[in-house]
Amino acid sequence: MVKQGIAISVSELTKKYREKEVLKSVNFTVPRGSIYALLGSNGAGKTTIVKILSTLLKPDSGSAAVNGFDVVSQEKLVRKCISLTGQFTAVDEVLTGRENLNLIGQLMRLSDVKSKTNEWLSFFDLQEASDRKVSTYSGGMKRRLDIAMSLMIDPEVLFLDEPTTGLDPQNRIAMWDLVKHLAMQGTTVFLTTQYLEEAEYLADNVAILHKGRILIEGTPQYLKEIRPQSGAYLNFKSEKDAAKAMKLLNENSIPVDAIELNLPSLEDVFLTLIDEKKEDTERV
Amino acid sequence: MYKLKTHIIADAWIMFKRSLLISLRNPEALLVATIVPFLVMFLFGTVFGSIANVGELNYIDFIVPGIILQSIGQSSQYSAMNVAADMTKGVIDRFRTMSISKTAVIIGHAGAGVVRNTISTITIISTAFVLGFRPHGGFMNWLVIIGLLALVSIAISLLAVMCGLLSKTVEGSSGLMLPLFILPFISSGFVPVDSMAGGIKWFAEIQPMTPIIDSFRALTLDLPLGDNLWMALAWSVGIAVAAFSFSIQIYKRRIS
Repeated sequence: MVKQGIAISVSELTKKYREKEVLKSVNFTVPRGSIYALLGSNGAGKTTIVKILSTLLKPDSGSAAVNGFDVVSQEKLVRKCISLTGQFTAVDEVLTGRENLNLIGQLMRLSDVKSKTNEWLSFFDLQEASDRKVSTYSGGMKRRLDIAMSLMIDPEVLFLDEPTTGLDPQNRIAMWDLVKHLAMQGTTVFLTTQYLEEAEYLADNVAILHKGRILIEGTPQYLKEIRPQSGAYLNFKSEKDAAKAMKLLNENSIPVDAIELNLPSLEDVFLTLIDEKKEDTERV
Repeated sequence: MYKLKTHIIADAWIMFKRSLLISLRNPEALLVATIVPFLVMFLFGTVFGSIANVGELNYIDFIVPGIILQSIGQSSQYSAMNVAADMTKGVIDRFRTMSISKTAVIIGHAGAGVVRNTISTITIISTAFVLGFRPHGGFMNWLVIIGLLALVSIAISLLAVMCGLLSKTVEGSSGLMLPLFILPFISSGFVPVDSMAGGIKWFAEIQPMTPIIDSFRALTLDLPLGDNLWMALAWSVGIAVAAFSFSIQIYKRRIS
């Protein structure tokens, strides 16, 4: 029974590691063919959610379904339609790029392993390196190969756990283009990220996960509109001016204990939001 | 509707080819599978052979089974390390989320281990021949020897896979395998059990290596087997079944 239009649905999911509550009642749904970004800092529980959805981990309570199949009771059916690219590049370093792709193609019983391999090698710009051992690849190349292996599976739902962490800006942009391209072809992409910029650029829907709870969910536009205004920032054209101002403030006994170069970053604003939301929810 | 079919044998064959390729690309593992058994056989056959006293038997003839088991234990640590590497790198996680047979990865790694062990064993027997090893078992004896060797090799390789699945790091997995290359020394492999002292003698008599080694020795030299062969078979099958089922449990278990 595949529910039309919904690729992933999660309801009241909880997970504990020993005494630590990693997930505290998580709910969300992901429309088919969309890009969904789970945004959160380290330890927020992002990877735990990905592991539960990709059948690697059992939740303590609540339910999760991918393509209408329950991830616990129908794990085999779930595995037929998903593909996972974890945080660590899962490639065989002593094998060549081509051999890595061939392996997946053979396991998936593809009828055209050779041509599929060549197709993905050229798509990810890895032809020249295809017959070299992966241990000679750069970080970006390994990551691309890793994702190529996931795509050999031709999944309906693709999980990407922090796909751009550790990538240089050029490779990051290439990754973004790829994700957009996949979604356009109908693949549902579920990704986790620490970067607001990434979520904003890519995702149709964003959820902010903080300490095992989803604080807010919606389109990037919606999230930006509710950004609370608070505090005050002083901006100076140069470090020198800032130092001068700090001295003045101190002389007038307005304490300033730190000065830092502040390149405007959306992430910073976002982290502020996370802190405030947390206080809000705790007050309620 | 989805049709569920798991092609265990085909999946295991693909995984076996993968594991074998990984082994062949690792020069250190190849060295341990070939040069080390040669050196150990050479040292024991020449240096220690002159001082060892094993009664009426020729020391070379006496020692071949012990060295075979010791080198199987040693080269199997690479199975454990390869599995542990798969675990830590997330490769196993990728396989776990794919629609493939659960046992394929385990069988693949164990199979590659058996190939490495076979190479070691052939190296040892050839070296021993050059040094004066003169078995006089008949054709049937050799068939039983090959069968038992295969079984022991499978059992130890599966044990290695289990150690690899259990350990948190690659280094740790080779540590878990340490007992396997110590045990042959505390058995009938290198000196007769009767010449050992109290507690050690008791341990040497009850541990699995002794009946396995005694069986090989009896079969190669055409000595009385006693119940050694049955004991050896029981131990090997028991270890293989236990290690295999435990490995599947660890592979399936959904922990972080």
